[in-house]
Parts: sequence; structure tokens; C-alpha cells
Amino acid sequence: MEALKRSNKPIFWSLFGAGGMLSALIGPMLIFITGIAMPLGMVNFSYERAAAFAQNGFGKAAILLVISLFLFHGVHRMYHCVHDFGVHVGPGLKAAFHGFAALGTLAAGWLLLSIGV
Amino acid sequence: MRTYTRPMAGWWRRNPFYLWYMLREASCVFITIYALVLLTGLFRLAQGKESFDRWLESLASPVSIAFHAIALLLVLYHAWTWFKVMPRTMPFVRIGKRRVPDGFIVSFAFASSVVLSGALFIAVWWFS
Amino acid sequence: MKRTIQVECLRYHPETDAAPRYQTYEVPFSDDMSVLQGLQYIKDQLDGSLTFRWSCRMAICGSCGQMVNGVPVLGCETFLRDYYPGKLRVEPLNHFPIVRDLAIDQTDFLKKLESVKPYVISSNVPQQGTFVQTPRQMEDYYQYSQCINCLLCYAACPQYGLNSSFTGPGALALLHRYNADSRDEGKSERMKVVNAEDGVWGCTLVGYCSEVCPKGVDPARAVNQNKINSTKDYFFRFWLK
Repeated sequence: MEALKRSNKPIFWSLFGAGGMLSALIGPMLIFITGIAMPLGMVNFSYERAAAFAQNGFGKAAILLVISLFLFHGVHRMYHCVHDFGVHVGPGLKAAFHGFAALGTLAAGWLLLSIGV
Repeated sequence: MRTYTRPMAGWWRRNPFYLWYMLREASCVFITIYALVLLTGLFRLAQGKESFDRWLESLASPVSIAFHAIALLLVLYHAWTWFKVMPRTMPFVRIGKRRVPDGFIVSFAFASSVVLSGALFIAVWWFS
Repeated sequence: MKRTIQVECLRYHPETDAAPRYQTYEVPFSDDMSVLQGLQYIKDQLDGSLTFRWSCRMAICGSCGQMVNGVPVLGCETFLRDYYPGKLRVEPLNHFPIVRDLAIDQTDFLKKLESVKPYVISSNVPQQGTFVQTPRQMEDYYQYSQCINCLLCYAACPQYGLNSSFTGPGALALLHRYNADSRDEGKSERMKVVNAEDGVWGCTLVGYCSEVCPKGVDPARAVNQNKINSTKDYFFRFWLK
């Protein structure tokens, strides 16, 4: 039997799972809001309201969680999709995909900090 | 023993079950892009009112609406498959001696989603 | 006048064939005839060179797994009448090397099965009499114990097809069957297999394995429950040990 090395998947799978659960629970509604409700004028999310939300502690946490977890969920599945299409995937591609999600998370965090309180 | 190994190329096209699986997996592309859409909005918010207002206007563009429409369908499908599969990702749940049926867990998950989504919409509508 | 149905079989004789080919037979059938009986008719009356495995004829031995029109089924509990007036295409189980005609090489599965230590490991075997187990304790592992090693789940699993190092649904379901058995104390010995990249982490929950399983084992459940166990083991290993 080949060497049974412990896999590091649990880390990425946990992020994938959290993102999957969050996107399953409120993903469709979020997309409906930004994609259809807002353009149609059903809700009017003004700059003042958005800024106030982003300055609020709860708002910051919510925005960061949604962006970060959606990204980690998406990239994990994309990585597996590439494999499913028969393309050889290695640690390089894994690092690229998850690194992208990490960068997105950092960017969101940085922006939220810069918006202040 | 000279065995023959059949190639895997195009495996997912050979069975409707696999096609639905690939559709479920494809939802991840739209979730990722959507997260980037939100990230862009956050960036525009940090830049100031003018920038954010322009981003809001861009949400009404045909490209944006088309993207959101497709994303909505695919993420709904993701949510559907996610909840249906949930009982299989957990150990048996018991209340006292009796097992909670899978169907109950799935229904509970769907109900939670409806309640949370409704609360989210009301919250956004209320505060806007 | 008996109806007949066209049965197209994959043929592969390594001594003469470089690659598989197909051969179609006209099989007269009655409503109660299974695909297995159709193959037996072909072998007995039309072409004695057709090779396939079978034994019990009642879905308990696990020998007669075939691909029928692209779906893994047990030949003995799949009926010709359900395909009439269409055609049947019978092929060996997917994702395994073909040895001859409809017979596959199961060696890899047997290796995987051995690797999960599929037996009760206990230091407390009663000197006299038997172990005692409540109905609830049995419920915890019962469905997984119904596995007949028919390999339909491996034929269904694209991850196994793409990477044959993956332990696979059947072996992992049996691994869970023993971990979940109250008499067993061997969980820590089996965790190495669970935690490996080719253990539970090779699974992307396609779920087709559970769909095709003829005994209701639900291997998808067994594998994916152990993703949580593996994650717990990963994060808490220093805590608990």
C-alpha cells in the first residue's frame, strides 16, 4: 500500500463547508437583492446606509464572512472541478486557488479597516 | 494477464446523474465571481459616495442582471443539493432512542434557509 | 411466439483482440427473465465463448455486476422486459480493467478491503458466550454490514475512475461498519486510511455510489461522516491523545 500520509484537506474542507452552508442559507437571497431587487428599486441601498453598515462592528464581520467564505467555498470546488475534467492538479494549483481566496479575504479585511468606524 | 483499461475522458457526459453533478459543481464559479462582485462593491464603498453610486448603477446593467439571473439559478441549485445531502454528512441524530429521519433534517434546513433569507430581505428593505 | 430483444455485449479476448469490440445477439425472453438469464441464454444457445461471472442469482453473492446501458446493476435483479423494445448494451463494470468479455479484475478492491482491517478488533472478547449489543448499537452499523462487495459503487464512482489509488466507497463503508460497531476497538488503527488523501478525502460526494447500491448500504454516508471524524482527528489530535 502506498504511504498513508495524513492529508491537510480538513483545513480547506472546513472552510469549504462553512462557505457552502452560508451560501446555501443566504446566497440566493443576497444575489436576488444585489442583482434584481436593487436594480428594480425594490430596495434602495444608499451610500450613507452602506457606509454605516460597513463601519459597524457587526456589519464588518458579516461582510468579511460572506466574501471570505464564499471565496473559499468557490475555489475549493473549482480546484476539484479541474481535477474532475481530467486535468492533473498538484500542490501548485491548490496553492494558487486557495491563495486567491486568501488574497480576497485580506483585501476585504483591509478595505473594512480603511473604512473605519 | 493482459487486461484492458477503458479511458475516462468525457465520463461526465455519459450519464444524466453525472451531468447534474457537474452542474452543481459549476455553481462554484458563480459563487466565486459573486464574492468578487461584493468585494468590488466594498472597494467602491471605501472610495467614497461617487464611486459607490456608480457601482450601484452598474448593478442595473444588462451584463450584471444576466450574471445575477444565472447565478441565482445555479446557487439555488447548489442550496437544494447541499440541503438534500446534509443528513449524509452527519452521524445519525437521535432524540432519546429514536432516530430523526433524514427527511426531517432536510426540511429543517430548507425552513431555516427560508426564514434566514426572509429576515435578510426584510432587514435590507427596512434599513434602506 | 416469444418476443426477442437485442443484447449487445462487449467482447474482449486478449489473446486475439487488441481492444474491446461489440457483438449483438437476438435473445428470446419472457417477462420474468433477468439480464443474467439473458446472458446465460447467449452462452448456452448462441455463443459459448461469452465470459461473465455469476453465482447465487438472488442479489446476495455480488458476482454478477454489469453495466447495462451505462448504469451499474446486478444482472440477476435487472429485467429484460424493462428495456424492451429498446436495445440492451451490456459491458463490464466501469473503472476496472477488463480481464475477458464481461469479467473485470477486482484485485485492486481486494487490496483496499484488506487495508481497512474489516474485522472486529477487540481485547475484550468474552471468554464464554457472546458479546452483548443493544438494538440501538446495532442500528449504528447495520446498513453498512449489508455490503455484498458487488463493486457497483466503484463502477459508479468517477473519483475512483479518475484515480484508482482512492480507497473507494465500498472499502470505506466497510471501514465505517467496523468503526461504528460497539464491539470494535480498532478505530485508531483505521484512522490512517481515513485521514489519507486517498482515504475519505478522495470523495467529492457525487453520491452515485449510494444511488446504485443494491443493498441500501449508502456508502456516500459512510464516507462523508468520516470527513467530520477525520477533521476532528486533525484539529484535536494533540488535545485528545
